[in-house]
Amino acid sequence: MALKIVKGSIDRMFDKNLQDLVRGIRNHKEDEAKYISTCIDEIKQELKQDNIAVKANAVCKLTYLQMLGYDISWAAFNIVEVMSSSKFTYKRIGYLAASQCFHEGTDVIMLTTNQIRKDLSSPNQYDTGVALTGLSCFVTPDLARDLANDIMTLMSHTKPYIRKKAVLIMYKVFLKYPESLRPAFPRLKEKLEDPDPGVQSAAVNVICELARRNPKNYLSLAPLFFKLMTSSTNNWVLIKIIKLFGALTPLEPRLGKKLIEPLTNLIHSRLVITLHRASVEKNVCLIGLVLPIVCVCVCVSNAVLISLSSGMPNHSASIQLCVQKLRILIEDSDQNLKYLGLLAMSKILKTHPKSVQSHKDLILQCLDDKDESIRLRALDLLYGMVSKKNLMEIVKKLMLHVDKAEGTTYRDELLTKIIDICSQSNYQYITNFEWYISILVELTRLEGTRHGHLIASQMLDVAIRVKAIRGFAVAQMAMLLDSGHLLTGNMQRNGICEVLYAAAWICGEFSEHLDDPMQTLEAMLRPKVASLPGHIQAVYVQNAAKLFATVLQKHEGATDSQAAQDTSQLLIERLPLFVQSANLEVQERASCILQLVKYIQKLQQKDVEVAEEVSALFAGELNPVAPKAQKKVPVPEGLDLDAWINEPPSESESEDEKPKAVFAKEEPKQSRARHIEVDEKELARRREARKQEQANNPFYIKSSPSSQKVYQDAPGVEHIPVVQIDLSVPLKVPGMPMSEQYLKLEEERRQKERADKKKKDKKKKKREKRGKGKRDDSGPESEEDITPAHQVDIVTEEMPENALPSDDDDKDPNDPHKALDIDLDKYVPSAENTLHKVTVCMLHAEKQGDLSITRHFLV
Amino acid sequence: MIKFLLMINKQGQTRLSKYYDHVDVGKRAALEANVVKCCLFRKKEECSFVEYKDYKLVYRQYAALFIVVGITDDENELSIYELVHNFIEVLDKYFNRVSELDIMFNLDKVHIMLDEMILNGCIVETNKNRILAPLLALDKMAERTEPCEGLLAQSLPRSGCHGTTQEVWALEGQG
Repeated sequence: MALKIVKGSIDRMFDKNLQDLVRGIRNHKEDEAKYISTCIDEIKQELKQDNIAVKANAVCKLTYLQMLGYDISWAAFNIVEVMSSSKFTYKRIGYLAASQCFHEGTDVIMLTTNQIRKDLSSPNQYDTGVALTGLSCFVTPDLARDLANDIMTLMSHTKPYIRKKAVLIMYKVFLKYPESLRPAFPRLKEKLEDPDPGVQSAAVNVICELARRNPKNYLSLAPLFFKLMTSSTNNWVLIKIIKLFGALTPLEPRLGKKLIEPLTNLIHSRLVITLHRASVEKNVCLIGLVLPIVCVCVCVSNAVLISLSSGMPNHSASIQLCVQKLRILIEDSDQNLKYLGLLAMSKILKTHPKSVQSHKDLILQCLDDKDESIRLRALDLLYGMVSKKNLMEIVKKLMLHVDKAEGTTYRDELLTKIIDICSQSNYQYITNFEWYISILVELTRLEGTRHGHLIASQMLDVAIRVKAIRGFAVAQMAMLLDSGHLLTGNMQRNGICEVLYAAAWICGEFSEHLDDPMQTLEAMLRPKVASLPGHIQAVYVQNAAKLFATVLQKHEGATDSQAAQDTSQLLIERLPLFVQSANLEVQERASCILQLVKYIQKLQQKDVEVAEEVSALFAGELNPVAPKAQKKVPVPEGLDLDAWINEPPSESESEDEKPKAVFAKEEPKQSRARHIEVDEKELARRREARKQEQANNPFYIKSSPSSQKVYQDAPGVEHIPVVQIDLSVPLKVPGMPMSEQYLKLEEERRQKERADKKKKDKKKKKREKRGKGKRDDSGPESEEDITPAHQVDIVTEEMPENALPSDDDDKDPNDPHKALDIDLDKYVPSAENTLHKVTVCMLHAEKQGDLSITRHFLV
Repeated sequence: MIKFLLMINKQGQTRLSKYYDHVDVGKRAALEANVVKCCLFRKKEECSFVEYKDYKLVYRQYAALFIVVGITDDENELSIYELVHNFIEVLDKYFNRVSELDIMFNLDKVHIMLDEMILNGCIVETNKNRILAPLLALDKMAERTEPCEGLLAQSLPRSGCHGTTQEVWALEGQG
């Protein structure tokens, strides 16, 4: 009713109000843009008038247009005018517009400081409220500094409506102006015990946000929160507090012991009720549904605390309880509950992988769910559940899903997960790298994936670091190169051709393992290669040269000079294609190599043996370099990296295009510093240092044949039959191995191994029976029993000597929460003032007392 | 923390948008388009949570209107899910069977309600009466202005009324 009356009167007063604008836009569906531009012109006219009502109406319309995506920053000054209207109806429109479009870069914000201060201290609570709400959206460091005190006073306002808003805004103020945290904190703490539940929950919200980032500074509040948790009936507050405890428990193990009982009680009581309600009256239970999440939070914090206070048997019981309850959630027909159950599982998985692993069946089942969100969560869980035993099986299942998956995003996600799962903790779970290579090769058959680069880098990584696999990898890569046209067939835009980059490099670098380097060389110089992206062509050309060296060596060894000359001829014929390339890198490499080959051909015609010298060009082994190695090289004394070594160039030049780092992504592996001249002593010293490091590195698998038996490969693993061309199965590149075979082989191998072991055990037992009759427990096959099919030497990545042991590379220097890491219990004394010092002493004493209270509480 | 709340209809038109961290106007359009695409393709029986870039989206569909809330990882999904329904109930109570048009025509009022419920990315109020209190006070204020406003509008030529109207409102504002 009221609305209609208002609408009527405003209609008469103004040409067009918000409603008219909306109606107009709807009536001009065909020429909406044109209509809106005329509206904007009208608005500009209206803003020029003196009448504040007209202006407010115009700003109101602008807010709507802003929502539709039109830029209204030109009206910023008019918005400030409307904000400063004395009448609430207009003021709120101004603040609304400001909160929607102002940001730190808006310069007129400077003009608002006094107006906002006035509004904050207005006797009308709604004026204050609207100012606070607006402020939360556009507060700048300057505003925060100038208004921090005003807002702090409002935290003790008589009206809870203002108090709760002021408390919440303080969080934004802290972020923008960290110095305000210390003076405001005592008052904030007070608000935790405010009589109004709204204010209380606001304070809990703010402190939780703060404490999540820097938990150690808030430990002293634990008793207070504990009281709140046991007494509060407000679910929203409860959720926040439990989350907060999740952050605090790792720092204070005793807190964990204290918490476990109330938390377990919560799980028992709440979850059962809610689930019951959920199934009985699905649509009615609104807030009720929030409760399972309580359980979820409980589980998380439980998980953390139990891992710390291990040794108490009943704790593992409560984690079991959590997992069981979560299982109920996951099995529920409600998709939302299922999702949340899985989410919580993944949090428990981090601390208690064992207890989650027993529910593998359920999680694999979730992979078949119709719902993508749920499948993604289940995938996440799988990551933590793999072991040496089940890796192949799980990946096989995932590969099936890859084939079935429709949406490319989900398929890409599957692909990255497969690679993540396999490569985690330095390929810890892979027992058979041939299998892994064939998985990677199979993945290249995916059409339209964006992750060609990822697959490529995995191939490179495995081939470089696992020496034993190089022969197999090279054979596979040669096949890939041979069928390269299939990958690039329908193309460029799908990123899978990146794989060829890896393939070409591996074939070139480890060409000594190639059966028929000539054929690969041929494949790499096909005219079709010219359609590949430039950086891949460059690698092709460079590695063609390496292959050339290998071929020469082979032929000269067999004294087949004609064949060697033919090879040179082939290169001379094909390379000009690359010399003409538009890509500079390709051009340069190609013309260098072309000249080289021409020179070699001349020598060949004179019957000079060149193979030795040519292959010397590519001599030396490449070791993998840790990704952060470059950063960790210490700067030599007396070297200033920021100093100019020549006259600084003029400003205008410096902006010129920077050379694109073509190989940047692969840099650590590609950069070759082969001819570093180091004297023998230095080398010996380095070797010693490396040995030392390897000895200390628990993840380094040593290459020396250990005392354990060296396993003889199962029959067939070495000579895997090449799969026949099977025309009934489309999309399979002939001649490529199938990863599934490995599963069988691996199974056989393990069985055989087990059998072997049993025999041994029996022998042992017999011996023992004859002897002392001791019993030998041969339990179920454990993780450690599975020996890898290959003796694998995973090369660790090299780091520079005297690398700086700093590990703060991961921290984001721009994190606004860093500035808020303030020890709130510490008092900063000003040194001169003796009186001050006394107070400090007193405060210290007080603090001691405080601490002992805390201790008393905790024990 | 809540990062944004959007109301978007099935055609992809934004009906309400509120960002709690500043996002450039240009980027908003792209974000909104992507977000609605994420939700549109989902079936009724699928769960209401979608992961999108750094955000988690919690959405609910009412007739042709999607309400999508973007939250960070640490926020409680179900409580947001319930908050959305709570918001709709508040709208329903105020507009008496709310429709998409109500929201479009009264965008500023919907914003007032929303600001009462969410502040600075946190939930502040869920009680319907308390959420509506400022709005009802505002309506009352407007109602009281109504008679003299109407008279003024009729009796005075439009361009000449500034001074008087302002005075009247100023008086009213204090009363």
